[in-house]
Amino acid sequence: METLLNDFSVGLFFMQALILLIIILLMRKFAWKPILDALQSREDGIQEALDAADSAKLEMQNLNASNEKLLQEARLERDSMLKEAREMKDQMITAAKDEAQVQANSMIEQAKDAIENEKKSAIAELKTQVASLSIEIAEKVVRQELANKDKQMELVESMLGEATLSN
Amino acid sequence: MVATKSIKFLVVFVLALTSFSAFAQDDTVGNNLIDSPDEIQAYIAHHLKDSHDFHLYTNNETGVHYGFPLPVMVWTSNGLKAFMSSAFQHDDNGTIIVDKDNTKLVKYHSKIYELEANATALSFDDANHPTNASKVLDFSITKSVFGMLLTGLLMLLAFGGLARGYKKGKIIPKGFSRILEPLVIYVRDEIARPNIGEKKYRKFMGFLLTVFFFIWILNMLGLTPLGFNVTGQIAVTACLAIFTMVIYMVSGTKDFWAHTLWMPGVPYVLRPILAVIELVGFILIKPFSLLLRLFANITAGHFIVMSLVALMITLKASFGPIASTGMSLVLALFIMFIEILVAFLQAFIFTMLSSLFIGMAVEEHDEH
Amino acid sequence: MYNLIGAGLIVIGGGIGLGMIGGKAMESIARQPEAAGKIQTAMIIIGALLEGLAFGALILGK
Repeated sequence: METLLNDFSVGLFFMQALILLIIILLMRKFAWKPILDALQSREDGIQEALDAADSAKLEMQNLNASNEKLLQEARLERDSMLKEAREMKDQMITAAKDEAQVQANSMIEQAKDAIENEKKSAIAELKTQVASLSIEIAEKVVRQELANKDKQMELVESMLGEATLSN
Repeated sequence: MVATKSIKFLVVFVLALTSFSAFAQDDTVGNNLIDSPDEIQAYIAHHLKDSHDFHLYTNNETGVHYGFPLPVMVWTSNGLKAFMSSAFQHDDNGTIIVDKDNTKLVKYHSKIYELEANATALSFDDANHPTNASKVLDFSITKSVFGMLLTGLLMLLAFGGLARGYKKGKIIPKGFSRILEPLVIYVRDEIARPNIGEKKYRKFMGFLLTVFFFIWILNMLGLTPLGFNVTGQIAVTACLAIFTMVIYMVSGTKDFWAHTLWMPGVPYVLRPILAVIELVGFILIKPFSLLLRLFANITAGHFIVMSLVALMITLKASFGPIASTGMSLVLALFIMFIEILVAFLQAFIFTMLSSLFIGMAVEEHDEH
Repeated sequence: MYNLIGAGLIVIGGGIGLGMIGGKAMESIARQPEAAGKIQTAMIIIGALLEGLAFGALILGK
């Protein structure tokens, strides 16, 4: 201990303190600060790049998922559109059918009516013609009968029988 | 190719061995070869101390020292005196007196003393302490200060380069900076973040990084043959520890002080006692253990390496020059590897414990 | 003389402590190899604290 204290040089201590202080200050300014800053910025850069890669990956995944979703939606929409169109077609066909039926029915009805009318008018005409014919016949008969009484009777009878039949 | 290489290596190895043995066998009286255990111990003790000149090698034939002097700046009773350390002519025993404007200065055991005005030579008491001289405040650029300046320069160049690389827009550093970047990240992610906490660590990074690399580079410099022993100077480690202490004391939160001075959840009688214990722990014991650990580890490392190198001198008599040299080489090499590990480990431990203490001081307690 | 005995005792105590720390750390690493890093760090810190204590006693007692 005594030799140690004897060896302790105050001057050297002072010089060392001075030199160490100067070295610390100089090194801080010219070496450590730029070095540590550069290291820090480099590490930050690496970290940032890694983060960016991660986020890009995530975004890619999201994009894929949304694409898938869009596709799904489109497919659904197409399906629904097709279905709608098919329904509409069916509807239109049935509607057309119905309408055609209705029209046909009404045409048939009209035709029936017309036929009936024609028939009636034909019958009526027939009747008038029969009437006029029978009058003519009757005239002729009357003219003949006026000549022959038997024959006149016979004719009237046959005529009447015919008239009953044809009626 | 391999053959020539191995031959070259062999030649160098043999030359090294013979030169070592020549060095070991040459014990003519009159030169200052280090031979006896006492001399070795003195040499090691001298190395462990700071020195005022940069000494690399001494030619024993001519007595010429190779190295260069460093400036001496001392605060004496007559004010600041500055001169080159070559004025002492490598004397370390207080025999050469440097007279600067009537201030007599001598260097004794790596310390500079100011002689009393009427004294003409340094005199000692029984414990070899100078009696007629007083220590001066020594602000010299000693070997340690030189080492620190060198380290600071190296750090500024290396890490400044790394920072410039980033500023130029290079995201990934090239060349030598590539080695430095993981170290900075290591200190940040393994030392500062887990101990101080994610939110507050940034503020202390300047101190922790500087201290980590400062201690590490200085430890490694101490392992080179240049003979630095900076982190083995108690003043240096004390300064580092005091920096840590000041930082965690200043940045202590209200919570920290509440817990230190008036510990909740403890009987009232015990609280003042606990406060004293905690305060002593934070102000004295923690910095003290920090400074002592670093100092003792590095000093012990240098001591062991030098002792093992000295084995080739001390064992020369019993094993012969070649065997003793080989043994000391192998052992010293082994310890050297461990010392390289320790150099890093001590820097790591110092930074780790500093951040641990800072973390204690800035911690936010949610519950209680 | 007493100093040296004290130093020896300190070194013995520190050695026992370090051995226990190292041994237990090895055991726990063997049991949970995935926590090796954390265990190592904790081991080094505790070892350093022990070492600081031993060195402190050694130097103060010298």
